[in-house]
Amino acid sequence: MFKFKLFALITFIAFILSAVEGCAPAPTTTPPGPRELVVMTHDSFAASESIIKEFESANNAKIKILKSGDAGASLNKAILAKNNPLADAFYGVDNTFLSRALKENIFDAYKPASASKIPAEFVLDADFRATPIDYGDVCLNYDRAYFQKKNFAPPQTLDDLTKPAYKSLTVVENPATSSPGLAFLLATVGRFGKDQYLDFWKALRANDVLVTEGWSDAYYAKSTWGGKGGDRPIVVSYATSPAAEVFFSSGKLTEPPTGNVIGDGACFRQVEFVGVLKGAKNSDLARKFVDFMLSTKFQEDIPAQMFVFPVMPDAKLPAFYKFAETAKKPAVVSAADIDANRDAWIKAWTDAVLR
Amino acid sequence: MRLTNALILAPLAFLAVFYFYPLAAILQTSFAAGDARGALEIFTDDYYARVVLFTVVQAALSTALTLAAALPAAYIFARYDFRGASTLRALTTIPFLMPTIVVATAFSALFGPRGSVNLALMQLFQLDQPPIQILNTLAIILLAHTFYNFTIVLRIVGGFWANLDPQIENVARVLGANRARAFWHVTLPLLAPAIIAAALLVFIFDFTSFGVVLILGGPRLATLEVEIYRQTVNLFNLPIAAALSLAQLVCTFALTIVYTRLQARLARPLRLRPQQIVRRKLRHAREKILAWGYLAAMLIFLMTPLVAVIAASFENGFGYYAELFVNRRESIMFVPPIDAVRNSLFFAGATIVLAVTLGLIAAYSIDRRPPTADDDVLSGAKRSRKIAVGSQWSAVRLLDAVYMLPLGTSAVTLGFGFIIALDKPPLNLRTSIWLVPIAHTLVAFPFVVRSILPILRSIQPRLREAAQVLGASPARVWREIDLPIITRAIIIGAVFAFTVSMGEFGATALVARPELPTIPIAIYRFLGQPGLANFGQALALSTILMIVSAAAIVAMERVRIGEIGEF
Repeated sequence: MFKFKLFALITFIAFILSAVEGCAPAPTTTPPGPRELVVMTHDSFAASESIIKEFESANNAKIKILKSGDAGASLNKAILAKNNPLADAFYGVDNTFLSRALKENIFDAYKPASASKIPAEFVLDADFRATPIDYGDVCLNYDRAYFQKKNFAPPQTLDDLTKPAYKSLTVVENPATSSPGLAFLLATVGRFGKDQYLDFWKALRANDVLVTEGWSDAYYAKSTWGGKGGDRPIVVSYATSPAAEVFFSSGKLTEPPTGNVIGDGACFRQVEFVGVLKGAKNSDLARKFVDFMLSTKFQEDIPAQMFVFPVMPDAKLPAFYKFAETAKKPAVVSAADIDANRDAWIKAWTDAVLR
Repeated sequence: MRLTNALILAPLAFLAVFYFYPLAAILQTSFAAGDARGALEIFTDDYYARVVLFTVVQAALSTALTLAAALPAAYIFARYDFRGASTLRALTTIPFLMPTIVVATAFSALFGPRGSVNLALMQLFQLDQPPIQILNTLAIILLAHTFYNFTIVLRIVGGFWANLDPQIENVARVLGANRARAFWHVTLPLLAPAIIAAALLVFIFDFTSFGVVLILGGPRLATLEVEIYRQTVNLFNLPIAAALSLAQLVCTFALTIVYTRLQARLARPLRLRPQQIVRRKLRHAREKILAWGYLAAMLIFLMTPLVAVIAASFENGFGYYAELFVNRRESIMFVPPIDAVRNSLFFAGATIVLAVTLGLIAAYSIDRRPPTADDDVLSGAKRSRKIAVGSQWSAVRLLDAVYMLPLGTSAVTLGFGFIIALDKPPLNLRTSIWLVPIAHTLVAFPFVVRSILPILRSIQPRLREAAQVLGASPARVWREIDLPIITRAIIIGAVFAFTVSMGEFGATALVARPELPTIPIAIYRFLGQPGLANFGQALALSTILMIVSAAAIVAMERVRIGEIGEF
């Protein structure tokens, strides 16, 4: 009896081992086989299988995606590995952290042929060590049903949040640990200025703002619409989140349950970049991948995969993007300013809001 | 003999390559990365002193609460034979492997301001405000730690207790001690090695707690681990992160040294009994009510958040489950649920093999008992041996503490260490799939050692000596004496290795995950995007994680080795 069970156990383990072995890529021993292009990126990266396949067959390549944590963690890993890079290309550094990547000198400059078509507002590195691919606005989302039922107006601007009527309604993410949290902090810096943004935050704290560590907890555990049990109808998220709500409603929703607060200076525009890593084994392929990310095919694939907007103005958007918005006037903070003050702002924010 | 010596080096070699080397590399790079004097800030800014204090206090309180809640359950499982015991025990393990963010949404659905418990209370008592305001408090951290670590105490103490000869306690009773006195003076001292082994594991887990403090505790409360993460990932202040990591490590090491001294003083050879003899049926009504009452309370505490997850996953019938199988966006990142389950089981299987092998060897290598009072009456020849044993003993004690270190090390520090240390052949493992089970093993291995050691130390040397005298070879002595006695402990260790791996402990900070996404990784992906379907699918996958894990654990506990009678 015992022997049979042991046998069954071993067979089971062997089965699992063989199953995994079977799906691992076979070692490429024959030289003319496809070359491997390794792309390091953050956890939110996504693309259509068919489009990736297209690149692979056109360039006799095999793309390996290395997801390396959130935006901050993946960049830091790339920096630590810069003397012996883990990948050929790195995608996903945004304008809040671009300066760190450039200062650490992890990218080789490469100006793609289509670079001239990218709107100037997105080109933050004139040398094209980092090439802009997509952008999205970090804004406040609000629960439409909540405000309809209570019969009062959702907030229009950041200033509204500190009014007594909006007491205990808002959730923000900690800028020290969350990418949208940092972007929202920068929105307030842009809107109120370096000298006054802390006054806004002190007023917001007095108005009982709730701070969470990350986006998932804010959106799914604290909001009135996400999961269950939350009582906050205003949450820092993305301007595309309402569209995503419709898209991911299994056909139940024809209108988003949430709206955006996109009044003047209420949003911060995140721009994401790709770059060819210094010392990459296949830098020629990596450069082709940068070209490819700017191609119409890939640009039009971005919205439904990653819920951000393509930088190329001629890329068409999917139909459900009628619910996605962009801020007319996002808050403006220059890259140089962010670079010089990011850590100091986060520290000052922490002292003002958390301690 | 030479083979045995080489074997003893295996766990040390594993730690040297996959723990000490990456750790040394990252600490060195970190202190070189910036002005190392900046790291002195951790001694001058009293914020860090407060972080250390909070870390210690919450861990101590959490450990005490976990022990208080789980010891009675350990007793019931050890001493009574009742239907469904093994399924119930498997269920208590499930919280241990649930992703924190899923538990956080479940806690919110129950105890959030609009959670079902609060809504019910508000309706019942006509209140305007939710009466339970527990999110982002110390209380919820303690509760969550108890929820997560209950199973550690239940398994380690319960496993040991189940082999403890009830006759000893009965003798005390016959000699006139009442129940409490017999427990306090007889059973408790005998159990002490297992209790402090469990307490140490729970304490270190709470001490290095990350997700629970970060998500449930909210941004105002920070443990050392949370602060290390912020300094490393968000501020990229490596010198301070490294200094904090070292501080955390020193605390763990000091604690473990204290523990090994205590453990050595308390461990003694015992007459271990098979479970069939130790366990008996529940008899009178009072016994039944007490036992089942306690088990019911335990189930409510441990299962309610899980049931909330399961219930929400079925809100749409099987809709969310069906959706899991559809690659609606034809995304290259789509993970078929079968693949996620298979990948999880593969990593868990590899972790079990690695952690149990290394843990078993390590447990034997430190299973040298200290010179005891008994040795004083030995003959002259044996006395000289005793001196040798004494000096060996301090080396063993050090080794024992070293084996616990990975558990007390910041996952993000070690993960970053892998990047700079394991980057050249033959150790070019940064993007290898084997890095995942290796990382899981670093966490699981101390559990295996702690599960096996108390039982191993209590085997009476006379049993082995008798077998030897009767002519058994060393291999046969091990097979016939040791193996039956430690089988249960090995299974307990294997279950821990399985849970650690299924819960993805310590590996989330890994360099770059190879594309074999596990169930928790897929859950995190769903919870990273807005939309009800994403949320529902995350809960559906969480339910699958629970079912697969519970089934595997029940199956593992059924494994029997030998016909000698189960211990």
